[in-house]
Amino acid sequence: METTQTHAHEDFRQHVRRYLFVFYALLFGTLITVGASYIPFGNHAINIGVALFIASGKAFLVAGYFMHLISERKMIYTIMAFTAFFFVGLMFLTLGAFGDFPRFTVTH
Amino acid sequence: MDIPYTVEPRPDTGLYNAKVGIWLFLASEVMLFGALFSSYILLRVGAPEDYWPHGWLNVPIGTANTLVLITSSITTVMAWAACKMNQFGRFKFFHACTILLAMTFVCIKSYEYHDKFTHYEIILKDGKIADGHIVSNDPKSDRVVISGRYVEDRAELYDLTKHKGPHKHEEISIPRDQIKKMQNYGPWHNTYLAIYFTLTGLHALHVIGGAVVIGFLWTTGNKMWKTDRERFTNRIEISGLFWHFVDLVWIFLFPVLYLI
Repeated sequence: METTQTHAHEDFRQHVRRYLFVFYALLFGTLITVGASYIPFGNHAINIGVALFIASGKAFLVAGYFMHLISERKMIYTIMAFTAFFFVGLMFLTLGAFGDFPRFTVTH
Repeated sequence: MDIPYTVEPRPDTGLYNAKVGIWLFLASEVMLFGALFSSYILLRVGAPEDYWPHGWLNVPIGTANTLVLITSSITTVMAWAACKMNQFGRFKFFHACTILLAMTFVCIKSYEYHDKFTHYEIILKDGKIADGHIVSNDPKSDRVVISGRYVEDRAELYDLTKHKGPHKHEEISIPRDQIKKMQNYGPWHNTYLAIYFTLTGLHALHVIGGAVVIGFLWTTGNKMWKTDRERFTNRIEISGLFWHFVDLVWIFLFPVLYLI
């Protein structure tokens, strides 16, 4: 019984080490995001792409490790698959909407 | 009658019910914020060239708030790990940190909001524009005083990263009868601020809601630790999942609103 508990504690200590690593990676990612926003890549779209790419990496770390999505049950993956489908669908609808209205029609 | 599957997993899902519940809730939250991000994209793309604001928000403050939220995420997961390791004292410590960090985040956000609500753009009858923070706006007085600058072209106010030169901020006293329009940088000022306040306001409500739940589990809710440890630990996991989601949303909000 005591040995099982010791194993469980050791297992969680390893988890804690992983969480700390993810935490440092997130801090580093934040600084990289800010730094990259000041680099003139020549085209503003590249700056947007870089910022969103780093943000996606950070989101993966949070969802994967802090939310344990990397080792979840099939049921959770099914829910997330449906969510991803509808989210991506929403973004495609948004992009598709660009063709519906002439540019510069939103006034300040 | 007891609520079933609060601790032991349901045979068909392999999960306790609250976990399925929170993930379904988070799925709906993804779509809620997704719709607002979609609105942001449409507003930004539809804005006239050079009239989408850049540099309106304070990047060091936004960065600090991002770091605060990331730190609160690690303290949340540490609190859950402490419960799993039967270390109640450590749980209390880490969740106290989470609550303090949540309050810090809200305080910093409030400061940023206050900065916007006291920032005014004043269009004068002669066509000049004065822009700055209000110093005095007593309705009984015939003058309005701001700490700011005059600009010739409104476009100068939009991309502050382009017009970087040293902005001379001085105290400007404007006779009230010369003012054509005076408006602060609230959500009504333009579409950028409308979506900024909507997104960050909704996010801040999530932070407050999450902090209230965590606060409850930290105080009176922790009595369950003595009666049903596993169920209490599951509650910490569920509140933690919500908290990480709030952090995840901010990870996208920060670059989208502050940096690009």
